[in-house]
Amino acid sequence: MFVAPARPRYDSPMSERPIILAEGLRKSFGDVHALRGVDLAVAPGTVFGLLGPNGAGKTTAVRILTTLLHPDGGRAEVDGHDVVRDAEALRRVIGLAGQAAAVDPNLTGFENLEMVGRLYHLPVAEARRRSREVLERFGLADAADRPARTYSGGMRRRLDLGASLVGRPKVLFLDEPTTGLDPRSRIELWDVIRELVKDGTTLLLTTQYLEEADVLADRIAVVDLGAVIAEGTADELKAQIGGEVLEIRVSERSRVAEAAGAVLGLVPGGGKVDNNTGEVTLPVGGNGPAILTEAVRRLDAAGITLSDIALRRPTLDDVFLQLTGREVREVERAAPGRARRRRREVEP
Amino acid sequence: MSVETAGTALARPIADRIAWALRDGLVLTKRNLLRYVRIPTLLVFSTVQPVMFVLLFRYVFGGSITGLPPGARSYVNYLLPGIFVQTAIFGATQTGVGLAEDLASGIVDRFKSLPTSRSAVLAGRTTADLFRNLFVVLLMTLVGYLVGFRFQDGVVKAILGISLAVLVGFAFSWISAAIGLAIKSLEAVQAASFVWIFPITFASSAFVPLAGMPGWLQAWARNNPVTIWANTLRAFTLGGAYVASTGDSLLALILKSGAWIALILAVFVPVSIRVYRKT
Repeated sequence: MFVAPARPRYDSPMSERPIILAEGLRKSFGDVHALRGVDLAVAPGTVFGLLGPNGAGKTTAVRILTTLLHPDGGRAEVDGHDVVRDAEALRRVIGLAGQAAAVDPNLTGFENLEMVGRLYHLPVAEARRRSREVLERFGLADAADRPARTYSGGMRRRLDLGASLVGRPKVLFLDEPTTGLDPRSRIELWDVIRELVKDGTTLLLTTQYLEEADVLADRIAVVDLGAVIAEGTADELKAQIGGEVLEIRVSERSRVAEAAGAVLGLVPGGGKVDNNTGEVTLPVGGNGPAILTEAVRRLDAAGITLSDIALRRPTLDDVFLQLTGREVREVERAAPGRARRRRREVEP
Repeated sequence: MSVETAGTALARPIADRIAWALRDGLVLTKRNLLRYVRIPTLLVFSTVQPVMFVLLFRYVFGGSITGLPPGARSYVNYLLPGIFVQTAIFGATQTGVGLAEDLASGIVDRFKSLPTSRSAVLAGRTTADLFRNLFVVLLMTLVGYLVGFRFQDGVVKAILGISLAVLVGFAFSWISAAIGLAIKSLEAVQAASFVWIFPITFASSAFVPLAGMPGWLQAWARNNPVTIWANTLRAFTLGGAYVASTGDSLLALILKSGAWIALILAVFVPVSIRVYRKT
């Protein structure tokens, strides 16, 4: 289900100078080209989603923008600070929460935040005041004085997110903030994220979930093999994918090709046929019900029985298929070596 | 170097940067020490082995060691200074392990994304390990006193001796830091540490006088800095008769010991920081 966005979408093109700007970013690890010329421009006060499968280069992009990695080529700046030449000044205006909950399990929630505050060079009293404030805001006040190792996964992730906010960053980077969380914690975290960008913080987040980008981001860039392959608002991207997807499962595997022949002509772009699972998938745009009815009619006429037929929302798979002609799973299977070589690049 | 870099550097004077580096280092030292407060068993485990070594060497080997230098009177008096140095060096391997843990947990990424001094993460770790080593050496002194060890030359020299052991540990923490950051994998760091630590600690005068070793080993052991540190520590604890037997003055021993520590720090502090920046 899609949750309605809490803030207005900024569909209009950027009128101000972008607060995050990347031009032709390139980065390789040995012979693995993690980024092959990435351009990004994020307007101040907006939420920008980097959407892509494992190994697409999302994390590499975030690591470059947060000064953890140097790019091999191209340039990038955050709030006017160059990621290489002005790294130190840049770090004062950003917050980062990565895939792992980077909190010290042996410190209490409060001590973790106070430490980060001090490392942002806040005076002790201010670091403490803000730590209390953040714990309150993230529903962790009761657990403030317990070691973080006693926290649940969701609490730890919130604490991690809180740590990235103690410095009141102008620009916040969240790398797959909800990966590994159960659906309930994920939705809770979405609320928290929406809350924290209300006061004008710019947010760049990476995700593998189209739904997440849709709920949180004003604009989305789809990344594949180290390049941005599409960019726009969630609505624009969905329009590009074509609204809904019709999924048909044929009972007899031997008749999959026949079934595909019967229904593929219903949409201009054609769809996807999987002989192993007996699935035929086609993007149906806004005409779901009409095409569904027609598909049933044709298959029935051909005497093909179905084990399932359904209209569903497009997933990252569909975006991907539409944009690249490949499936997310194929991409990940094709690159097993790179996951090992780029340990920190692997999204769990 | 571009013009902008120079401009930024000037905007933040050196003195200012050093002050921040120290403050950041203290914040992170506190973080690393709190770990021992929260999990006291960690401290217990890091003291069990040194204490066991004191007892084992004292009672198992003590009766068989001959040729003790003048001033030692008994093996336990000879042993303790050596085992202080050995323990401090073994303890230093924990620096690399701790840093490898921090890398694996992702907290290093957080530190690096903050406007925190680049050297503070390492300094905070090595300083915390210095305090842990101090605690362990003090505890060993206590155990040593229970089994017959005595400082022979007064409180000031006793303090100097313990300080030397702890400083040696601090220098080795920086070697360990470079190894931990370069190898990254926790188990590999642990295994790698003992490959080089055993030969340098045992093939020295830390546990037994060199006279009993074969000639080729003596040649190595005589020039091994661990021998120099152990002998200097003995010079502090055993007194004048021992110093005279070394053929060096106390001052010469102190200078040699200090030179080795300075050399290790001069090489491995910049190396570690460099490896850390690239990690």
